[in-house]
Amino acid sequence: MTKVFSRPKSLRDVSTHYCPGCGHGIVHKLIAEVVDELGIRELAIGVAPVGCAVVAYDYWDFDCSEAAHGRALAVATGIKRVRPQNIVFTYQGDGDLAAIGTAETLHAANRGENLTVIFINNAVYGMTGGQMAPTTLLGQKTATTPGGRQARLEGWPLKISEMLREFSGVKFIERTSLYAPQEIIKTKKAIKQALQNQIDHTGFSLVEILSPCPTYLGLSPVQALDWIRDVMQKEFPLGRIK
Amino acid sequence: MTERIIIAGSGGQGVMLLGKLLAEAGMRENRFVTWLPSYGAEVRGGTSHCMVIVSDEPIGSPYIEKADTLIVMNQPSLKKFRQRLTAKGLLIINSSLVSSKSLKNAKTLKRPFTDIAIKIGNIKVANTVALGAYLARRNIANLKTIEQVIVDRGSKAHKHLIRINQQALQEGVRLG
Amino acid sequence: MTGNEAMAEGAIQAGCTFYAGYPITPQNEIPAYMARRMPEAGGIFIQAESELAAINMVFGAAAAGVRALTSSSSPGISLKQEGISYLAGAELPAVIINVMRGGPGLGNIWPAQSDYFQATRGGGHGDYRSIVLAPASVQEAYELAGEAFDLADQYRMPVIILGDGMLGQMMEPILVQSSKFKVQRNKLRTANSQLRTKPWALTGCKGRKPHVIKSFFLKEGDLEKFNLVLQKKYNSIKQKVQRYEGLFLDKAQAVVVAYGTMSRIAKSAVSHLRKGGQRIGLLRPITLWPFPLAAFQRFKRSSRNVKFLVVEMSYGQMLEDVKLALDGRFPVEFLGRSGGGIPTEEEISKALRKLSHD
Repeated sequence: MTKVFSRPKSLRDVSTHYCPGCGHGIVHKLIAEVVDELGIRELAIGVAPVGCAVVAYDYWDFDCSEAAHGRALAVATGIKRVRPQNIVFTYQGDGDLAAIGTAETLHAANRGENLTVIFINNAVYGMTGGQMAPTTLLGQKTATTPGGRQARLEGWPLKISEMLREFSGVKFIERTSLYAPQEIIKTKKAIKQALQNQIDHTGFSLVEILSPCPTYLGLSPVQALDWIRDVMQKEFPLGRIK
Repeated sequence: MTERIIIAGSGGQGVMLLGKLLAEAGMRENRFVTWLPSYGAEVRGGTSHCMVIVSDEPIGSPYIEKADTLIVMNQPSLKKFRQRLTAKGLLIINSSLVSSKSLKNAKTLKRPFTDIAIKIGNIKVANTVALGAYLARRNIANLKTIEQVIVDRGSKAHKHLIRINQQALQEGVRLG
Repeated sequence: MTGNEAMAEGAIQAGCTFYAGYPITPQNEIPAYMARRMPEAGGIFIQAESELAAINMVFGAAAAGVRALTSSSSPGISLKQEGISYLAGAELPAVIINVMRGGPGLGNIWPAQSDYFQATRGGGHGDYRSIVLAPASVQEAYELAGEAFDLADQYRMPVIILGDGMLGQMMEPILVQSSKFKVQRNKLRTANSQLRTKPWALTGCKGRKPHVIKSFFLKEGDLEKFNLVLQKKYNSIKQKVQRYEGLFLDKAQAVVVAYGTMSRIAKSAVSHLRKGGQRIGLLRPITLWPFPLAAFQRFKRSSRNVKFLVVEMSYGQMLEDVKLALDGRFPVEFLGRSGGGIPTEEEISKALRKLSHD
């Protein structure tokens, strides 16, 4: 019998701690598949966030570093500048990349660092118990917006990908999602392109992935995917941004 | 009187609530109480536990090294906590989900809390059934006080939940 | 309620009308509580983009004359150090709650007492101090949270409440509205009435000379002069603000020194051994800065030999202050665990028994 599918080598054979229906598991796998397909496992260096994926380095089988909350792009800059031959990527949530890490994100982008950024946008802070994220939608109830997010008090959902479009140093931005198999395939393609860009020295590349957090959306895993399809993507349109 | 109770189960089994009901009842009966949760980054699955101390004297540490009573709602919790029970402690096991080889504890109460809960209509009240069984064995708080706590904690919108919890409590007492 | 919620409620009852914070375990209950409760009380709640932003928002609110609070846990408190130094340098009152967890780095989320140095020795840059309060029960956390604002206002400086994950997460019954501090109404006090008590605040210079809030003194000699003002303030506080609890200290042959939740565990061990006839006392500092030297001065060189055991969820931070306070008069032993490890009642008892045998 011919083997047509197996666990990617870059994905460790361990159970993850993620909630049922969480998007992290899918994206970890896609990254591992892409790393294998591009043959860069021994060059890859991942930088993990602070968030539910704080232990992503336990799930991938290549070099990884932690970073203080929000500082992944600064850490990645340090790594890439001294080892440009390695393929360095960050894996960050919405709080990590667009709240506490906004300055690091903007400046790494503005410097045009030859890095790849995988941005998991699930509109909430999962690890710490469901607080508001910069990308939380208006009206969305969270632990710190018990009555629903109000523009007057908490501002609007932050479109960091659209912001980064203006930066000359940024070469590729795409927003994808996980709500259906076709979308997952598109996500994998975008991840592959973003890593290929680094190999080709094209420049700063970011993939924003709309990902489900059923636990803090208060929805079942399937409902959470539907919510992304029907509600979230209206606020965060999918497609190539740069 | 000082009673140290560890309650363990999986996330979603209402382990924390069970502890809070006990603690609040103890407080209403003018005892010293503490409640300490295990807090973790994992949200679902795995083990979740809380530690409740009810005492006639001021309580030192809220952390329980060896419990007088251990209430186990799921299998992984039994493995994890069996060492944390004093030699003469009371072990209460949810036999619906936990299989237990004979344990050295003299006092073991194995009852099908989850099955009973399903029978009366809502799997989520398994914790209240367990509470009833426990109180039948150890009169840490009056049933009336616990019932009052359940009523006060329930909201108008969830009257049916109050009723089913009261029912679960009674079933539990019957099992004790 | 939990220790976290009690501190939040204590702050609100003391008239705190501004809270800025950021999620971090194990203090998430504080911002969640404030998100709901602050608007009820007529105050402002902001989830800032980071702990660094939050402390600077507190700087602003404090400069505008309002009772302001932020909270975090160890790694987040590290981020706030620059802001705390600025608060001290600008002589602004503010309260900072640290629910300590294991470190260093990201560490873990279990309780620890490893930020004692950071809180009492400065943490930020410069010759400044913060008043540091260490509650040991949910009731005390509730009360001290309120008193912290009075102290901050009185002395125009940052006040740190040093709790830990266990205190923050545990629930105990508390008496709200105790007589220890005034109960405020659940309405925002009119801007005037609050600010009237802060003549230096930034409120718009109508009818008065403009105020400037700063910590920058470029002209030669000015910064030294200012620092002497701070030192004078700190010396006054050292005389007047020391607080501690002493139990069974008379005729004690051994004394356990511990603070916060560690003192509760130690108390259990001490009570247990006392039942067996051992003369052991417990000394519980409540202010960590100013350190309660007065508590140790009662142990004079001429009196009988007393052995001290310091117990901390650290590798010896308060230990140094105890040694300084005793000035070599008596032997000091240490028992500590950290990184989320908590010394148990058994370990303390064992150490005490060993102490009395040596």
